[in-house]
Amino acid sequence: MKDGDIRILRQDRLEIGVYRHQGAFYAYRNHCLHQGGPACEGVVKGKVVDIFGSDRSFLAQTYDHDDPHIVCPWHGWEYKLKTGECAPDPRLKLKKYNVVTREGGIYVDV
Amino acid sequence: MDNMQPVVSDPTRETFDTRSLLAHAQQQAEDRKYEDFMIIDVDAHHYESSSYKDIWDMIEDPVLRDQFKYTKGATLQQRSTGGYQEMAGRITRYAHRSTEQAPGAPHRDIGLTRKWMDSMGVDVACIFPTPMLGLGLNPIVEVEVQYAKAYNKWLYEHILAHDSRLVSMLYLPMNDPDAALKMVEEYSGRKGVIGFLVTTVRYKGLYDNSYMKLYRALEERGLPLSFHAATNWGDQSMHITNRFLATHALGFTWFNIVHMTNWVVNGIPERFPGLKSIWIESGLAWVPFLMQRLDNEYMMRSSEAPSLKRLPSDYMREMFYTTQPMEMVNNQTMLQETFKMMNAETQLLYSSDYPHWDMDLPSTIYDLPFLSQQAKRNILGENARKLFNLDYYISDEKKARLAARKA
Repeated sequence: MKDGDIRILRQDRLEIGVYRHQGAFYAYRNHCLHQGGPACEGVVKGKVVDIFGSDRSFLAQTYDHDDPHIVCPWHGWEYKLKTGECAPDPRLKLKKYNVVTREGGIYVDV
Repeated sequence: MDNMQPVVSDPTRETFDTRSLLAHAQQQAEDRKYEDFMIIDVDAHHYESSSYKDIWDMIEDPVLRDQFKYTKGATLQQRSTGGYQEMAGRITRYAHRSTEQAPGAPHRDIGLTRKWMDSMGVDVACIFPTPMLGLGLNPIVEVEVQYAKAYNKWLYEHILAHDSRLVSMLYLPMNDPDAALKMVEEYSGRKGVIGFLVTTVRYKGLYDNSYMKLYRALEERGLPLSFHAATNWGDQSMHITNRFLATHALGFTWFNIVHMTNWVVNGIPERFPGLKSIWIESGLAWVPFLMQRLDNEYMMRSSEAPSLKRLPSDYMREMFYTTQPMEMVNNQTMLQETFKMMNAETQLLYSSDYPHWDMDLPSTIYDLPFLSQQAKRNILGENARKLFNLDYYISDEKKARLAARKA
């Protein structure tokens, strides 16, 4: 897997999305906390941020690519790729798995 | 530690397919044993824009037909809804819909629709158009009339006549009450026509005397009248919102709130007690709000609504509502109270709104902890089956699952 890649692992009913981002691996259950959609099968987008001027007036919006979001393709619920936290409510989290690289292989600890 | 060898796939390289996208919906349907009961989706959509050329060919007026063809449908788009429902690519089915493989006969829309219905466990779906939800804003009355006639003819001949699982409530060109009445007279009793539709993004009060013959005609035939909300970003009040989230959240409730208020205050339910109304795609939270608001004002100003014999909420409680988009973020108590206030067990009708971005699966109802099993089945299908006098029907896929369980 190269940087930016996604893989979906399926074993029986367990589905896990594995991401490689800035050299690190992240793995989450492919199950959106909203209506059960395939959260890891959608696009990855940088967090959208508002840019305000010194007087707090709105200037523009931009992407923060250091905070990529996993987007569930069913309804657009967003999760932080680095933590699995739901972007608008961090109390909600995708189930996270540890990823180990060993002898050229990528292993997900379930 | 055991090493498993999972199946590995790259989602960015897979061909778009609704059955794959909705694989988890199918899992839900199997886990919850939806094959044990009928599910009717009272508000689903197709994209008539994919069939524009065929529909334009059915426009009777040769001058308007030419205008539609040469403007590629722009004649229809006299609304200021704008919007970006696909969320810049986040809702993948928008961008990839046109590339999907689906059976082309008898019509591609039937093939596409059956795919998501079977994934979700829906047996019968009432389908509505998409861009046409704003057609009532067109300032040219003949455009609404001519296009509605062409679309309804196309829908009946190409979709409804070919598939008993697809039904519809046909669009009424309400800017011409006589034309709307003729539509009811022409299409009542035809296969798949289970009622008629008013799109509520429009600016003529539905209490106008010119509509009384139409309401009487529907009442006589026992056919429901549905009110499908949308938003109009060009509306003066919506114009001051600057995010689609805002105009969508407000607009889709506002237009039904306005027309419902007029409907009740003008005593239409008293004048046409046998006319059943269905309020579509405004979610549910507006219902208790409006019940309380209207009851409170009515008690002080009943002289302005003298034809009412009961509280406004009493009339509203006898109407029908579709579920989607059901508000369900950290509000279980409010949701339960909302269900009680609207007599959900008999008045609420499941709707998915698929394939639109804010669709709801049947599990949004099935998983509610405060509903009995019978209440779930009522909302997911039985209420609609009784309202529309539909035969009990289970899809072939669900029948196969049932047979496999018994084997």
